[in-house]
Amino acid sequence: MLNLVRSGAEGGEFVPPSAKDFELPPIFGDNAFTTKPIFLVFFSVIVISVFFIASSRKAAVVPSKLQFAGESIYSFVRNDLARDVIGHEFLRFVPYLFTLFTFILVNNLFGIIPLIQFPAMSHVGFAYVLALFTFFVFHYVGIKKQGAFKYIKEIMFMPGVPKAAYILITPLEILTFFLVRPLTLSLRLFANMFAGHLLLLVFILGGEHLAQGAIGLKLISPLAFGIGIVLTFFEFMVQCLQAYIFTLLTALYIAGALADEH
Amino acid sequence: MSTFNFAAEAEKVNPLIPHTAELIVGAVAFSLLFLVLRAKVVPMFEKAFTARTEAIQGGMERAEKAQLEAQRALTQYNEQLAKARDEAQTLREEARVQGSSIVEELRAKAQEEAARITAAAHASIEAERQQAITSLRTEVGALAVELASKIVGESLDDQARQSRIVDRFLDDLEKSK
Repeated sequence: MLNLVRSGAEGGEFVPPSAKDFELPPIFGDNAFTTKPIFLVFFSVIVISVFFIASSRKAAVVPSKLQFAGESIYSFVRNDLARDVIGHEFLRFVPYLFTLFTFILVNNLFGIIPLIQFPAMSHVGFAYVLALFTFFVFHYVGIKKQGAFKYIKEIMFMPGVPKAAYILITPLEILTFFLVRPLTLSLRLFANMFAGHLLLLVFILGGEHLAQGAIGLKLISPLAFGIGIVLTFFEFMVQCLQAYIFTLLTALYIAGALADEH
Repeated sequence: MSTFNFAAEAEKVNPLIPHTAELIVGAVAFSLLFLVLRAKVVPMFEKAFTARTEAIQGGMERAEKAQLEAQRALTQYNEQLAKARDEAQTLREEARVQGSSIVEELRAKAQEEAARITAAAHASIEAERQQAITSLRTEVGALAVELASKIVGESLDDQARQSRIVDRFLDDLEKSK
């Protein structure tokens, strides 16, 4: 796939990987619905569904190995994220947080899985969608819990602040709740995946290019590949961490909307 | 020596502008996954969690009950054992008393019997002896007179004299004994 795009790379000139490398042509046909990231996202839905249905289908008191694997991930989201952050009302948010975590995690991990090697979340569209979902979820929860008027009022006029400070705080709070939160949520995820993939491209394509160069450059090439491998492990960490952070922040926003006072 | 191709930079793509297709697919795929996980996975895991909690609690309760039961059975057994021991003790005591009384009775009976037999024997011996003495006295008298008359040669016809002589002789004999 990359070779199609990077046809100029063979001619002895190194084209540094750029945002263009993320724009993959359709696998077949000529429309935006047949690109690799689109297929990956659907594939992730199938993989996650099959794995968790298989592991929970015969969920028993004494778990099988498969059940234990699925249950570990589920109970991590349920107990360490939802319960610890949201508190006693956590159970009804578990399905959303669980979906969020597994969906982001698998689509991130596609970035280092051999032969797939493309993190779907490096396409900003998916990250926007997820942030938008979280945005609607936590505002909906807040409005339902406290009533629309009270909820908006508490965001705009934070209780316990001197009146004069509202001139400064009110615009900031509005900005935070309605723009900064969804934006940072999506951009953090997108940028991490984008940058991580770019970094891997630089070292691995760079190593490949060096290997075709003069003898001195050939010697440096293994170093570039080595760094590429180390960075792959680093990416694994970042991919897991980003899935965790996105879910954790969503849980925090929900917890904030549920709390009576911000 | 390779040079960087900056011409490629010319066709810039803004990575912050999303593709409409990806927005749609992202929303659909995520919703789909959410529905599947909420319907099929979360309830099953929650059921397992609840069952596990119940199993642990139930198990603990059952264990506690079993322990109480065991404790009660133990005290019951101990009581029964003590009672049985007491009973055995009483029985033994009774048996001992009864046994010794039986022995005593038997001994008394045996002694009595022995005494009776001894007395009977004594009586019969005495009677026999008396009889022997009587018969001997007459027989020995007759024999002695006959012998004496033969030796002396004189007739001692007189019955009375004879008898007197014999008696005197026997009396002397008895005295010298």
